[in-house]
Amino acid sequence: MEEFAALLPPLLDGLWMTLRITAGAAVLAIPLALAAGLARLSTCRAISVVALVYIETFRGTSALVQLFWFYYVLPLFGLKLPAVTVGIVVLAANAGAYGAEVVRGAILAVAPGQREAAVALNMSSAKILRRIVLPQAFPAMLPPAGNLLIELLKNTALVSLITITDLTFRGQMLRAETLRTTEIFLMLLLLYFAVALVITAGIRLLERRFRVR
Amino acid sequence: MTPIFDWAFAWEILPALGSALIITIQATLLGMALAVVLGLVLAMLRRVRSRWISTPVAVLIEFVRSTPLLVQMYFLFYVLPQSGVQLSPLVTGILALGVHYAAYCAEVYRAGIESVPRGQFEAATALNLSPWRTAVGVVLPQAIPPVVPALGNYLVAMFKDTPLLSAITVVELLQQSKIIGSATFRYTEPLTLVGLLFLLLSLIAAWGVRRLEAWLKKFGGSR
Repeated sequence: MEEFAALLPPLLDGLWMTLRITAGAAVLAIPLALAAGLARLSTCRAISVVALVYIETFRGTSALVQLFWFYYVLPLFGLKLPAVTVGIVVLAANAGAYGAEVVRGAILAVAPGQREAAVALNMSSAKILRRIVLPQAFPAMLPPAGNLLIELLKNTALVSLITITDLTFRGQMLRAETLRTTEIFLMLLLLYFAVALVITAGIRLLERRFRVR
Repeated sequence: MTPIFDWAFAWEILPALGSALIITIQATLLGMALAVVLGLVLAMLRRVRSRWISTPVAVLIEFVRSTPLLVQMYFLFYVLPQSGVQLSPLVTGILALGVHYAAYCAEVYRAGIESVPRGQFEAATALNLSPWRTAVGVVLPQAIPPVVPALGNYLVAMFKDTPLLSAITVVELLQQSKIIGSATFRYTEPLTLVGLLFLLLSLIAAWGVRRLEAWLKKFGGSR
């Protein structure tokens, strides 16, 4: 048991990094998903196509390939970013692309009569979006958004491969030092599972809060 | 000065990437074969009446679904040899992909099984069919076809997760491109080509899944 306790502090250091990357990418992904989801529904052809290209590029390629591409190729164009920034931006862009589809689906699911009534009341399109469409679409976005958040948490393990000292990277380092492979990887899995449970519980709370009305 | 994207070099490395692509596709297909079968077993075990079986299976599915595939791969890669199971990295990777996606497939099957009308179960009971014959002869033939597109989406998702195999030393597409990169100091072409290959193949696969979905909608209901 004491040996377990000795393994914990470095892993918790790594967990902190994992949580920061998850939170940073999530905060960035939400506006990205909203913007891309709305752009996809735009009546302006050019905007919709740009959004489509973004969504399909990030959904159609592997997250790890995206990480490596931005990590290895961007510096060749003269853009040198710290690994953590690359990790957060790429994971956010990836999650944002999946999120855009969630946003689009939820907006399309709002009854068309709602929008028509708002048009009849002579509301501006920005106001229709803000006051009529988004508030009704929001509850439908919550459950898939929760799943995406857990996918994002799991994807943060990939940043260990671009030298970021997250939970997985710390686990690998500890394994090399102590060779206590089984314990370390079990603890890694349990820590990720614990965070995922917390996220699930948080989303459940939000769902209950917004379903009441 | 060499151009930013050297087409001649890209053309030159294409065959090497092509042979690595075969490993990637092999891993995807074998991993999916495992996931589809194991997922069905998990879905059935989850429906077993005894709590002693269904609860641990439900927890296991949840656990596998909410922990990173990369860590699961490391776990199998480093821990299996310690317990005396010697597998090649590729086989270990396929096992990890299969188990991870089996948990997702189990949920897909569950949705399919739950959408079978209750009357079908009741009729099978009335006809005194054994649980096995109820499952195989009555429920599954109705539960599986509607969820085939969802399984197809997971096939595409698994394909996009195969680059993780590079972390456990399998020379698949991404690892091959990194080897080329470190040998020639040119990362732009190999990594961009890998990205484009993934994009191309997953767009084709997604199109195939959509066609399948449309086909099932058209002809699936006529049974």
